[in-house]
Amino acid sequence: MTPRYMALMARGIAAIASAVILTSSTPSIAASEEKQLVVTGASTIAPVLGEIAKRYESLHPDVRIDVQTGGSARGIKDARTGLADIGMVSRALKEDEKDLTSFLIALDGVALIVHADNPIAELTRQQIIDIYVGKINNWSELGGADEPIVVINKAEGRSTLELFLEHFGLKSPDIQADIIAGDNEQDIKAVAGNPFSIGYVSIGNAEYDIKAGVPIRMLPLEGVPATRETVAAERFPLRRPLNLVVSKQPEGLVLDFINYARSAEVRDIVESFYYVVPPGS
Amino acid sequence: MSSHLALRVTNPGFSLANCILWGAATIAGTLIGLIVFVVLAAAMPALSNVGLERFVTDASWHPTSDQFNLAPLIVGTLLVAAGALALACPISLAAAVFVTFYAPPSIATVYRRLMELFAGVPSVLFGLWGLVVLVPLIAKLSPPGASLLAAILVVTLMVLPTIMLIAATSLSSVPIEHLHGARALGFSRASTIFKVIIPAARSGLAAAAVLGAGRAIGETMAVMMVAGNVVKIPDSIYDPVRTLSANIALEIAYAMDLHRSALFVSALVMIAFVVVVVWALELLTSKAAFQANAD
Amino acid sequence: MQIDLIAVESRRRDPWAAILWVVSLAAISVFFCVLADIVWRGAGQISWSFIVEAPRNAGRAGGIGSIVVSTVLILLVCLATALPLAVGAALFLVEVVSPVHPVSRFVRVSLDTLAAVPSVVFGLFGNAFFCVVLGLGFSILSGGLTLACMILPLLIRTTESSIRSVPQRYRYAAAALGFTKGRTMVRVILPLASPGILVGTLLGLGRAIAETVVLVFTSGYVDRMPSSLLDSGRSLSIHIFDLSMNVPGGEPAAYGTAVMLVCVLLVINGVVLCLAKLWKSRTGLNVATAA
Repeated sequence: MTPRYMALMARGIAAIASAVILTSSTPSIAASEEKQLVVTGASTIAPVLGEIAKRYESLHPDVRIDVQTGGSARGIKDARTGLADIGMVSRALKEDEKDLTSFLIALDGVALIVHADNPIAELTRQQIIDIYVGKINNWSELGGADEPIVVINKAEGRSTLELFLEHFGLKSPDIQADIIAGDNEQDIKAVAGNPFSIGYVSIGNAEYDIKAGVPIRMLPLEGVPATRETVAAERFPLRRPLNLVVSKQPEGLVLDFINYARSAEVRDIVESFYYVVPPGS
Repeated sequence: MSSHLALRVTNPGFSLANCILWGAATIAGTLIGLIVFVVLAAAMPALSNVGLERFVTDASWHPTSDQFNLAPLIVGTLLVAAGALALACPISLAAAVFVTFYAPPSIATVYRRLMELFAGVPSVLFGLWGLVVLVPLIAKLSPPGASLLAAILVVTLMVLPTIMLIAATSLSSVPIEHLHGARALGFSRASTIFKVIIPAARSGLAAAAVLGAGRAIGETMAVMMVAGNVVKIPDSIYDPVRTLSANIALEIAYAMDLHRSALFVSALVMIAFVVVVVWALELLTSKAAFQANAD
Repeated sequence: MQIDLIAVESRRRDPWAAILWVVSLAAISVFFCVLADIVWRGAGQISWSFIVEAPRNAGRAGGIGSIVVSTVLILLVCLATALPLAVGAALFLVEVVSPVHPVSRFVRVSLDTLAAVPSVVFGLFGNAFFCVVLGLGFSILSGGLTLACMILPLLIRTTESSIRSVPQRYRYAAAALGFTKGRTMVRVILPLASPGILVGTLLGLGRAIAETVVLVFTSGYVDRMPSSLLDSGRSLSIHIFDLSMNVPGGEPAAYGTAVMLVCVLLVINGVVLCLAKLWKSRTGLNVATAA
């Protein structure tokens, strides 16, 4: 390979590369003007909405829907500023967020999880608080094995954390954790990997993974077992709605997609993720 | 005559070639300025609303509760980096000495090639190994396993090849006269290495360590996967820890407004660390040049 | 030759020899164990369908086809941006100004600083500048451009060494023939330096593939087949991260992807070695590479 040959080869590669880049960017300039939806928000809703979006795209081949996570707060902000067409929010809208319209697509709860081998049957409200603020440190104090409790908390900005703090009347700096998880799946993974740990996640996520064989168990809260049925019957204390929010009245593609996401056609997807289909849907 | 003058003969000042090249150089040279500017601009809201002081005096780092103390994160970063360097430097030096002076040439070449390969392994792979193999191992010693120790071990693995390769290069760049002189004086191999060569190469070795330090400070992925990520100053090496880099990666997607701006402030802190590292390097290498001239 | 001199000594008892051998071999075997663990756990995952199919069920099933495509596109954007800039800047540093010129020193220092900036900061910069200010959003384009900024110092360093290693006589010959500067550079110097430039490019490529954080902030997480450069896309290393951290039961696929990544790195390293050897055997020159 002479230097000249190498130079020619390099020029050839550059030519091919620029051709690829140019041809692949032109369709995007045309396509991005219409038939594209951007949805951002809660990481709890993103997987199920991603599946719904895939099915919608297969029915409408000229549409492309991008689902990105970023948290409920981001969903609200992006819906307001127009960066996203639809926001995903895994809680009810607050008072100062009433300028947005929300559409319920599913119901979910937040339950405490422990490793499947952990024999603990139930924890009272006070026990949970004491575990998380560091007053109770060993499973033996609760009638279990003589092992330190590995407390798993969520990172800041997650609405699961917000709901947990609100329900138990705690503030974020009060919690003494051993591991911080980024989102639900990380939390589940950490609990599954640590036989003496405790964490809290979305019930839908947890049930999905339990059915897939992940060794975790959900604890009942205030006497109510954590199942889809109790969430649907509104008996489980720590429930939350999964909402799609928009800043102005939806129309066109946005309206169509929101209606699709709430329709009976995607019931099976919602249920396959172990969320509760809202009654009347 | 140096290259740039060779072409002066046929070449006036202005030409298309010159303009293009000046343009390329300008972009390359000002990129760092652009980066600092962008990060600074994004950090401004936090700096002006929260104030520099609160970044070290608040109770802890809980941005959603309006607490912005970076100290536990800085301490976490420094502990991980210091621990990793404490482990990596001696081992790297030993391996570098081995490769340059003790190993038969064929083994030395293979060893060097392998280290070059390992230097390019992505941090996710070390993180993956740490998560699946190392953390459960440490958990047997002391739960939860995701800890400062795990972070230190993984970062050690990451910086070791880099430090070793640079150290080996500086050891083999020591002028041959030093060896001749020592041999003529009857020094043993060990003495030659420890009393003559290593001191002669010390600024190159220090540069290797400093580069490793820079890498250790900036390491994100592997640390995030094994360190536990709790914001507090660890009491023991089995405690979890969070570094500045892991903090940014963990929170940036979910951070809004002031929180996001505060994360950019922590990025500024990281840039500051790195600038210190680079200046230390410049100092060391210019000292080396000075010494080489003086010898 | 240094090694030979000292090897003569080795007949004498050297207490350090044993320690150094043990430590060095122990060090490298730890790395071997890590790689071996990855290959052992992941090799079973590799199959043609794994490489070509799209991921299903959050990556637990299916393959990594769309991710491979995204990775390739990101790398193409990165190289297409960085290479011309690097060649231009390197030519500048060697041919246009002397090494002691203040501009030259300024460029060098700023490149050294750039090289030391941690990847998180690059990620934040890419996010703030390319995604927000330039409005590219989470896209392959943002990711590729940010990566280009990251590998620029490395590319410039290796390109510069290659250009500097072109013997002076070529330049004099060109000058004697009346070539303009531009013509000399394009027709004489670059072709001669191209093996070194190629090696440097491959090194930069290896570095770029290994980057994860930068792409998380700029290219996003979407694991679908991208239809344009403005689409979000996931790279191999991000996929490994996501599967191992965020997807329970994702380990097998993570290890499979890891094995793919290791193979790519091995290929790149191997090609670099072969090219360097080839060039050395033809010209007796060492291909200049940076540490």
